Amino acid sequence: MLRYIIRRLLYAIPILIGVNVITFTLFFVVNTPDDMARMQLGVKRVTPEAIERWKQERGYDKPLLYNAAAPDFGHFSDTIFFEHSARLFRFEFGKAESDGRDIGHEIATRMGPSLAIALPVFLVGLLAYVTFALLMALFRATYLDVSGVILCVALMSISGMFYIIGGQFLVSKLWNLVPISGFANGLNAWRFMILPIAVGLVGGFGESGRWYRSIFIEEINRDYVRTARAKGLTEGRVLTHHVLRNALIPILTGVVVVIPALFLGSLVMESFFGIPGLGSYTIDAIGSQDFAVVRTMVFLGSLLYIVGLILTDISYTIVDPRIRFE
Amino acid sequence: MNLPFKPVLLWTDALVFAMIVCILLFAWYTTRHEHLRAPWRKVGRSASGMVSATVLLAFVLVGVLDTLHYQLALPSEKAEAGQRYAPEVLSALDALAAPLRMRQERTFSAPFAAFAHSRETIAQPDGTQRRDYPRLEHGGAHLKDPTKERLPDIARGALQGVALAALLWMLTSAIITGIAAARAGSRFADVSGKLWRGELDVPLRGVLVTLGILLFIALPLIVLSGHYHVFGTDKVGQDVLYLTLKSVRTGLVIGTVTTLVMLPFALALGIMAGYFKGWIDDVIQYLYTTLSSIPGVLLIAAAVLMMQVYMDTHAEIFDSVTRRADFRLLFLCMILGITSWTGLCRLLRGETLKLRELEYVQAAHAFGVGPWRIMARHVLPNVLHIVIITTVLGFSGLVLSEAVLSYVGVGVDPATNSFGTMINSARLELAREPIVWWSIAAAFVFMLALVLAANLFADAVRDALDPRMRALFDLPSLRRRPGRARQVAPRAAM
Repeated sequence: MLRYIIRRLLYAIPILIGVNVITFTLFFVVNTPDDMARMQLGVKRVTPEAIERWKQERGYDKPLLYNAAAPDFGHFSDTIFFEHSARLFRFEFGKAESDGRDIGHEIATRMGPSLAIALPVFLVGLLAYVTFALLMALFRATYLDVSGVILCVALMSISGMFYIIGGQFLVSKLWNLVPISGFANGLNAWRFMILPIAVGLVGGFGESGRWYRSIFIEEINRDYVRTARAKGLTEGRVLTHHVLRNALIPILTGVVVVIPALFLGSLVMESFFGIPGLGSYTIDAIGSQDFAVVRTMVFLGSLLYIVGLILTDISYTIVDPRIRFE
Repeated sequence: MNLPFKPVLLWTDALVFAMIVCILLFAWYTTRHEHLRAPWRKVGRSASGMVSATVLLAFVLVGVLDTLHYQLALPSEKAEAGQRYAPEVLSALDALAAPLRMRQERTFSAPFAAFAHSRETIAQPDGTQRRDYPRLEHGGAHLKDPTKERLPDIARGALQGVALAALLWMLTSAIITGIAAARAGSRFADVSGKLWRGELDVPLRGVLVTLGILLFIALPLIVLSGHYHVFGTDKVGQDVLYLTLKSVRTGLVIGTVTTLVMLPFALALGIMAGYFKGWIDDVIQYLYTTLSSIPGVLLIAAAVLMMQVYMDTHAEIFDSVTRRADFRLLFLCMILGITSWTGLCRLLRGETLKLRELEYVQAAHAFGVGPWRIMARHVLPNVLHIVIITTVLGFSGLVLSEAVLSYVGVGVDPATNSFGTMINSARLELAREPIVWWSIAAAFVFMLALVLAANLFADAVRDALDPRMRALFDLPSLRRRPGRARQVAPRAAM
């Protein structure tokens, strides 16, 4: 098991290097640091000296891939590509280009609010959707099930932004129950958290409910279920003890992989509700064309995704003893 | 010969037409092969599939009209100087909806309003000033006394529209029934009776009812939009109905052109990885694992930001706003395609791995058929159902993601009308006093109709084409199991 995990971790390295190459190509080759300097300093009326100073401050004044002037190994190490990649792998993200604040520090402080929304949505959602889907499977092929599926299809056809706008309009503006947006530290935060969490739950309902239902219905047609019924088990016990346990593998495939990425929060939700998390940080960075922050978030996002994939594989071995990785 | 206009082919137009040609070719190919036709006949027999296809076709009609672009000729004094054309690129939809496009108000006005939405200071003829709701320039401008005449006038217009719709609907119903009767070789009255009792193979009743609903909604709106802003106007006074109609094309382009762009990559790489195995498989797997590990929104954001820098530093390439917006739309499709081809590629690889061991492929190999020919003649046709299912299923997701991307600021050009830009500008209007709800409501209704129709159609297609998925996602049919459905009885097939 440990050997398997180590091997998976080693596999992750070339993928991360690949991600790094892609972001590097996007951010440095397609547009040279000169272009970026001009963007940041204003396209017109910019002197060559100002560009040089901007590049020097950020260490962008070196050659991209190959430095002929540097000695020996410096050919490769004294370049933007090497320095930029080495720093990312050491988790040194540098300073934001727009306001000069330390990106690593920002990420550490903004992770909390992101998690405060994303984690409840994830946990309560998982519980609620699975329960709902099990109920639909229990009442399958009745009008209850049909109306459940219709509800799911209708809900998943509505853009997530309408849930947010509708929720803010109804709950905050018309009924004045909770503030429209904002965030507070400590225990007071619940007033700000409750609406985003509710909206997140409703928004994921259609797609997830239908997906889990399809998983359960697929399991229900298997032979072991018929055997269980033939032994005289009640339908509810068959569902919770046999179907649910066997459906865990497909469920885990979709669920575990998103757990690490919960840190990053949701872009749209956080920016609509004014939550100072990583999602709104990313949106602000996109808005102010802060390449250093976007680059960091791309790297972090891929890293967390890969961690999620490894966790998925490990979780398989826990729920299904038949699966072994050697 | 001097045309009064010059046809313009934007990049996305060309791709949309290429897409239509592809679909027509595929349809032609399918009708000539019985085994390909069978699953589509099943789609044709599914009520939800046909109803949603009717709605989708209505959207496609609007989208295609909006894709026929042209530039108007400018009146020129000297003939030998050559014809000059207006810089503005228009579409056939613009021409049809010219009254909507031209009749701009100054700012917000409610649906069917004759007065503005907020008070303004109006100069009286006698020199004094008063604060009141001013008359709109175009909305209800033909009325002398709007407070009294407006409602009867709207009712009269609606009635005209309904009458027109009824006429048109009966005509199309008759034509469709006639065609069905001719094909079945029976009498018109018989087929008509069967149709309305729902006894035909093809659920034409659902199609006709849907068509009727569409006509009875659309025609009164069209008639009334001659004198009113039926969906109101937005902040700068543009007619919301016009904006919504223009958004349809953007949604359709993003949903279809993206697929067209990514399809060659996914097909070629997926089949190659599965067929050749070995190091080619390793390289392709590495490629798509790497690409899919980057969060989609962030990759799109990074790419679009970079493109913005490129467009800002190379402003001379894009000679007009339309071309610039079109280029950006195309780029968005491409980058969406790059982030979405990995899933299909993985599926195709898996299927090809299975297919290459089958006897007919082995036989072809033994006969000395080359690998490329085997892939094209024997593997490709047998994975096409996966391609179709993934494409149709992906469509609604792409339409939805456009809205999110436009909100994040990495979507379509601000000059392009799209559901995303509409939602984005309308979301703050809900906070106004008195609230402005019509922009967001229009975007909501149109987007819901489009995405819901796409989802239902995708389900019908998947049920028909994928034998494994049958009974999983589709609505459990109640007709087949009478009595209490929940019985502890063996269910071989649901």
